Amino acid sequence: MAGPGDIGLWTIPVAVLGGAVRVSTPFLFVSLGECVTERSGRINLGLEGTLVMGAMAGYGVSYLTGSPWLGVLAAGVTGAAMGALHAVICGLPRVNDIAVGIALMLFGVGLAFYLGKPLIEPSAAQLPSIDLGWWTDIPQLHAALRINALFLIGVALAPVLVWALRSTRWGLIIRTAGESADAALAMGYSVNIIRLRATMFGGFLAGIGGSFLSLYYPGSWNEGLSSGQGITAVALVIFARWNPLLCLAASILFGGAAALGPALQSVGYSHGYHLFNAAPYILTLLIMIATCSPKRTLIGAPAELSITR
Amino acid sequence: MKADVGAPVAPTGLGQIVRAPSYGRGIGGAGEYIVIPALALVGSLVLFGIFVALFGKNPLDLYFYMYQGAFGTWFSWQNTLIRAAPLILTALCTALPAQLGMVIIGGEGALLVGALAATSAALVMQWAPPIVVDLAMAAAGMIGGGLWIMLSGALRHYRGVNETISSLLLVYIALAILNFLVEGPMRDPASLNKPSTHSIGAANMIGNIPGTEVHWGFVFGIIAAVLSYILVYHTVFGFAARVAGGNIRAAKVVGLSVGKLVLIICFLAGAAAGLAGMFEVAAVQGRANANLAAGYGFAGILVAFLARQNPLAVIPVAILLGGIGASGGLLQRRLGLPDASVLVLQGMIFVMVLASDTLYGRWGFLKGKTS
Repeated sequence: MAGPGDIGLWTIPVAVLGGAVRVSTPFLFVSLGECVTERSGRINLGLEGTLVMGAMAGYGVSYLTGSPWLGVLAAGVTGAAMGALHAVICGLPRVNDIAVGIALMLFGVGLAFYLGKPLIEPSAAQLPSIDLGWWTDIPQLHAALRINALFLIGVALAPVLVWALRSTRWGLIIRTAGESADAALAMGYSVNIIRLRATMFGGFLAGIGGSFLSLYYPGSWNEGLSSGQGITAVALVIFARWNPLLCLAASILFGGAAALGPALQSVGYSHGYHLFNAAPYILTLLIMIATCSPKRTLIGAPAELSITR
Repeated sequence: MKADVGAPVAPTGLGQIVRAPSYGRGIGGAGEYIVIPALALVGSLVLFGIFVALFGKNPLDLYFYMYQGAFGTWFSWQNTLIRAAPLILTALCTALPAQLGMVIIGGEGALLVGALAATSAALVMQWAPPIVVDLAMAAAGMIGGGLWIMLSGALRHYRGVNETISSLLLVYIALAILNFLVEGPMRDPASLNKPSTHSIGAANMIGNIPGTEVHWGFVFGIIAAVLSYILVYHTVFGFAARVAGGNIRAAKVVGLSVGKLVLIICFLAGAAAGLAGMFEVAAVQGRANANLAAGYGFAGILVAFLARQNPLAVIPVAILLGGIGASGGLLQRRLGLPDASVLVLQGMIFVMVLASDTLYGRWGFLKGKTS
């Protein structure tokens, strides 16, 4: 086993690191988008469906046009359309946003499977990766440092969103709608329009997150592509306290947890592989247990948000 | 929009499920509760017709084959009822907590855990007579599923963890446990292509209702739904649950033990879904494997919402949705539609039913006689 590429047990942390960067990207995009949506006072639980729709649309467009970046754009537009559907239905009086989210989750997944049937066989052009590991000759480390541009865009987006929410006019309007619908109304804004835009933005990012799944990692379209990444990302926003930068940190943590199983498998430890697959969900649950409290609303929670009241 | 903006926290119920006027009136005498969901159903069928027409299929063929596949023949009726059985039980998993204002969407997880528990019980009790094995399976399935959803309820009550998200996360955890067990410790080495547990034994299989191909799970589903209805609408316990669901502060003021209500209701809800899992093993599959995750838990959420969380209304709605599921095969064969077309239609119905919530109270002529 000894050789230039053999780094022994270091394989595991390196693989987890590389996996964390790869796996965290969909979490990152979904949670950043949902963060903005929730700051406007509405929760979209349908992002699981949006993610799968985005994966399907991105793959389809990349296959038809040969351009993966057009696929990413198409995924975003599809996601925004799903977001618009959610927002329009929730804008009707007496309609509950949590329930509509559940419905759109089932609808989106079903529609993506339906439309994506012909896409299971063909292979579409994939997103390229940026080689940041040219300086190393350890193959595992080199592989871990092959990073997709979408991840870097997501990382850059997080501080931009923090700034935009805090310091721009639009950020203020979104936060006003999230803290007090009446105040937004008194300022002369339509709460429904604000939330429509925020939900479409969230859907746009979630769609892009989906395209990462089908166009980079795992990099194909099939019906088992997403297993709860969308809903996990929604939960992640809650313990990231509606702060985009914390969403980034939490996404990487989650990516690491999800990469643990494959990393152990790569060194030949495959016992309990399926249990390691559950790691991100168990981690989510544990963090929610640790950070939630029945006595008070969560710090940083938008006051209009139905899920934390 | 919220009326009491400015108040820091204004919980009106444990969850935030907005309830159109009231679930409390039962199914009699309220035209709105039948007409509006029916309209939503017809609307989504029309929408689905347009959808398949876009793919060059004739919508009239679609409706004909859907009817044929669901209710056209005795054979399709039986197929429909077989599918309705788990749907009734998983729908109760959402409908019972809804009385407390909680939105539980983890029926699929409770079904899987119930199925695993029931299979384990059967495998360790191979020496016992079949009736004992079946009873033990039912008990194990109900306890397994019950504890699974009770976990969501306990997290909600003691830690304030949102039950919708936690119950869904538990679905994925249950799925991982199922895959781990059937491919690892519980695997029958003879199951090569589809990893499965050992068979529970042909003698322990639960038979069909005499003269039909429909297994007894359907009857037990109806019994469970009727018992749930009585519990919710005709007992002090159910009344207390509905009070707590309507206004948690009022419930505490009058001295109701909300925590106990939450735990018991969630246990019963999970037990129903666990029983569905038990019947899927004991009457259909004969063993635990990945086939169990067939989406009954998710379709059950839709059944519960379409039935407006009324346990009695769950029965006809489950039969209807079972019919849609049963017609999927015929649509695939005759019209060449993908198997996911059933999922699309279910999604459309779900969206339409929720959107139709906005119609309640707008049409005076539909107001119930009893109001």
